[in-house]
Amino acid sequence: MKLKRLSAALLAASLLPATVMAGNVEVLHWWTSGGEAKSALELKKMMTAKGHTWRDFAVAGGGGDNAMTALKTRVVSGNPPTAAQIKGPAIQEWGAEGVLANIDPVAKAGNWDKLLPPVVSQVMKYKGQYVAAPVNVHRVNWLWVNPEAFKKAGATVPKTWPEFFAAADKLQKAGIQPIAHGGQPWQDATLFESVALGVGGAGYYKKAFVQLDQATLAGPTTVKVFETLQRVKGYIDKGAAGRDWNLATNMVITGKAGMQFMGDWAKGEFTAASKQPGKDYLCVDAPGTAGMFTFNIDSLAMFQQKDPASVKAQADLAATVMSPAFQETFNLNKGSIPARLDTPMDKFDDCAKKSKADLTTASKSGALVPSFAHKMAMPSATEGAMVDVISQFMNSSMTPKAAAERLAKAGKVK
Amino acid sequence: MSHSSSPAGVRALADAAPAAASRQRLADRWLPRLVLSPTIIMSLVFVYGFIAWTAWLSFTESRLLPRYDWAGLTQYLALFDNERWWTAVANLGVFGGLFILCTLVVGLLLAVLLDQKIRAEGALRAIYLYPMALSFIVTGTAWKWMLNPDMGLQKVLNDWGFANFTFDWLVDPDRAIYTVVIAGVWQSSGFVMALFLAGLRGVDDSIIKAAQVDGASLPTIYRRIVIPSLRPVFFSVLLILSHIAIKSFDLVMALTGGGPGTSSDVPAIFMYQFAFTRGQLGLGAASAMMMLMTIVAVLVPLMYLETRSAKRG
Amino acid sequence: MANKLSIGRLLVYAALALVALYYLLPLYVMLTTSFKTLDDIRQGNLLSLPHAWDGGAWAKAWASACTGIECGGMKGFFWNSVKMTVPAVLISTMIGAVNGYVVSMWRFKGSDALFTLLLVGCFIPFQVVLLPMAQLLGWLGLANTTAGLVLVHVIYGTAFTTLFFRNFYVTVPDELVKAGRIDGAGFWTIFFRILLPVSGPIFVVCVIWQFTQIWNDFLFGVVFAAGEAQPITVALNNLVNTSTGVKEYNVDMASAIIAALPTLFVYMVAGRYFVRGLTAGAVKG
Repeated sequence: MKLKRLSAALLAASLLPATVMAGNVEVLHWWTSGGEAKSALELKKMMTAKGHTWRDFAVAGGGGDNAMTALKTRVVSGNPPTAAQIKGPAIQEWGAEGVLANIDPVAKAGNWDKLLPPVVSQVMKYKGQYVAAPVNVHRVNWLWVNPEAFKKAGATVPKTWPEFFAAADKLQKAGIQPIAHGGQPWQDATLFESVALGVGGAGYYKKAFVQLDQATLAGPTTVKVFETLQRVKGYIDKGAAGRDWNLATNMVITGKAGMQFMGDWAKGEFTAASKQPGKDYLCVDAPGTAGMFTFNIDSLAMFQQKDPASVKAQADLAATVMSPAFQETFNLNKGSIPARLDTPMDKFDDCAKKSKADLTTASKSGALVPSFAHKMAMPSATEGAMVDVISQFMNSSMTPKAAAERLAKAGKVK
Repeated sequence: MSHSSSPAGVRALADAAPAAASRQRLADRWLPRLVLSPTIIMSLVFVYGFIAWTAWLSFTESRLLPRYDWAGLTQYLALFDNERWWTAVANLGVFGGLFILCTLVVGLLLAVLLDQKIRAEGALRAIYLYPMALSFIVTGTAWKWMLNPDMGLQKVLNDWGFANFTFDWLVDPDRAIYTVVIAGVWQSSGFVMALFLAGLRGVDDSIIKAAQVDGASLPTIYRRIVIPSLRPVFFSVLLILSHIAIKSFDLVMALTGGGPGTSSDVPAIFMYQFAFTRGQLGLGAASAMMMLMTIVAVLVPLMYLETRSAKRG
Repeated sequence: MANKLSIGRLLVYAALALVALYYLLPLYVMLTTSFKTLDDIRQGNLLSLPHAWDGGAWAKAWASACTGIECGGMKGFFWNSVKMTVPAVLISTMIGAVNGYVVSMWRFKGSDALFTLLLVGCFIPFQVVLLPMAQLLGWLGLANTTAGLVLVHVIYGTAFTTLFFRNFYVTVPDELVKAGRIDGAGFWTIFFRILLPVSGPIFVVCVIWQFTQIWNDFLFGVVFAAGEAQPITVALNNLVNTSTGVKEYNVDMASAIIAALPTLFVYMVAGRYFVRGLTAGAVKG
């Protein structure tokens, strides 16, 4: 009996050197539901297959508000997770705090510079070194359409803003809510940025929301954007305030509403209701934004680890995230497209294929712009202040001119 | 321990005869302080120390993580220039005032009614109390639905044939804060009811009987005799309610998320978002300090009164 | 006179019943929704009963809903919450009892001031303490452990428990303690032999209050113990929130009720003692 236990201990000890490099990977994320969770599970499977232990650190709610709070306290307490779901300029902000890990060796070995579009790789780097790995690319400037409702109202699917308002009028006459919307700040901002891109074009968008140019922000184009938004507002029902986006999508699914401005994750909701793209619903460019692309990239930022085994695990994590196998499975589940350009698209649906094609053209024509509603374009403080203005505009009788002035003021917040 | 070296200790040794009793007395002098000290130290570090730390941060340029470089009053100036902050403050005034008043009235009324030797008292009391047991993460969704004009009470009543019934406060920027009051009263009034009921049960029956013999009507007895005797309960209730009002975070977050727009924002949400999500820790700290100062201004007089009345009672 | 059925009494009953309906409405909505199918929810009326009572949502909430990338439902997190709540409630209640005893029976110079100092601790917005607390727990090596979370709850719960016990002991006649002292009983003897035996009611109040507060806490839980040790409220929050996924309201509601069962149970079972305990003096401020 005793001998048996002793030999077992010896056996365990002899195995130790082999497992010493197997570390813990702890990833902070808010992929906690349905397809997202399934996608993230793939990552866990791939990591455990490499001998690492996965410790899940999921914090949902408020578009990452709670997660950021949890992350901050963890970093302050000296126990940062291996990686966290951080995106856009926030990566730079965390980089400036000096807590992110350099994963350049992994990126070099994996040839990331070649595989990623430059706009994407730029976001992943802090001072020229990779500190984060991209997971996917969402396209935000979609318009989701219920063709049945359009047919009933005798409306045609709009390509420009005049066409849009003509269609909206017809829908309204037919007793169909023209636009399904949820009046939450981030949804208001999502709607605003699609309008801004459609009305002002990519050049205006970049100048106003990426470079934060004061003259442009306060200028006539911004006033025109707000004027258009005000008209759009007229086609939204009163009950929209506080409505979750998926309930709005559901209005389009059931034909209660004709269309919705929303990113490509809306597809998941249609799929869950067993609707077919192209038949039961259409994904089209938001009016006036054909060939343009507002991107929203999910990425995992890597935090400095003390323990060598964890450092090794972190490198494996970065490599796994960028592997074609993961990029494909993850995005098939999530409705987005792979960040890696060379991932085969044949398993994806038509909306995703169109998204990929538009990404390539937009990238070439310079119409590939970051979505500020999804924290891709500006520092979080500025973004917050702008979203405040937009959602106040949506919920009050503020004039377009006043709104443009206040937006410019918000652009100065740092 | 410094027992034997202290003067009292020396005296105790000199007395010698009832040495055990003296040692006991000595222990009785120091033990209370000793026993209380860990809590006091904890409070000094974890409450006052942390407040001081926050105060310091409010004078820095801290963004994502704490930094300790002096920046003067910049954050306070930015805060006072922020319209959202003033909306939040005004909302706290409206919400706090109405919430405390309504909860107090509803709680007291329920307690008085329940005190009339009601048959199903046990069951009713449980019904009134249960909201206290639920966190707003749990009940928030249900409330949101009920108050939503497209799904909730308005729709139900419209479906029942009251076509003109409208109840759309939740989505009305000018009224959203009142829906927070409704849900807040729902959650807290049961607890206040319990406190008042307990107070009522403590009132001596013979006083009421004597008043009845004198021909006073029941409402008069309550107004003149019973309710005034609940004075101390009022203090406890006010203390607890103002505490809930100022800290209310889950409630607003679950119900309106501060919206529509920022129309039902409150300082607790403002602070949380700026400090933790927007990377403006310094500004968040400044708003926290303003909150703390408000709390001190409101509560210290109240608590002073409360401890004094306790001494009398 | 109390049993006479008059119009006045009918009105009283009517008022009480009406208010009871208002109180029960959210629970009713949650319960019926949890038994509906998703289609039923999409089409139905909020107050209508389920077309067919369907327990699928409950089974899913308990055993297979996703709260992260793990889809094991709520069952695993129940235990986490218990491990956190029970020690935190017991420790903070015990400390509160002793503290309350000191500030009411053994007043010394400055003890009132110290008590007021403690009370202010009830009112500090908890968001303020998150970062410094995290730093401290990191130094102590307690970051992200249940022990750390228990410590946090004890620290910020003690002010309230002290208040409860102090208000209770203030109402205990001084003579009891004086008699004990004349008989030569010391600090601890008086506490254990004289006061504890009469403290039953206030223990009930205090335990109920602390249990509710700690079990329902979300902020401390998410910040100091998210991940494997997360309490049930954090798991629930993960389950009901989704950024880009499909919402299953019936599962959400079922999970919400599951998470609330212990506190509901405590109030149902101990509710009568709660009011009795409060009557026994806790509110005599």
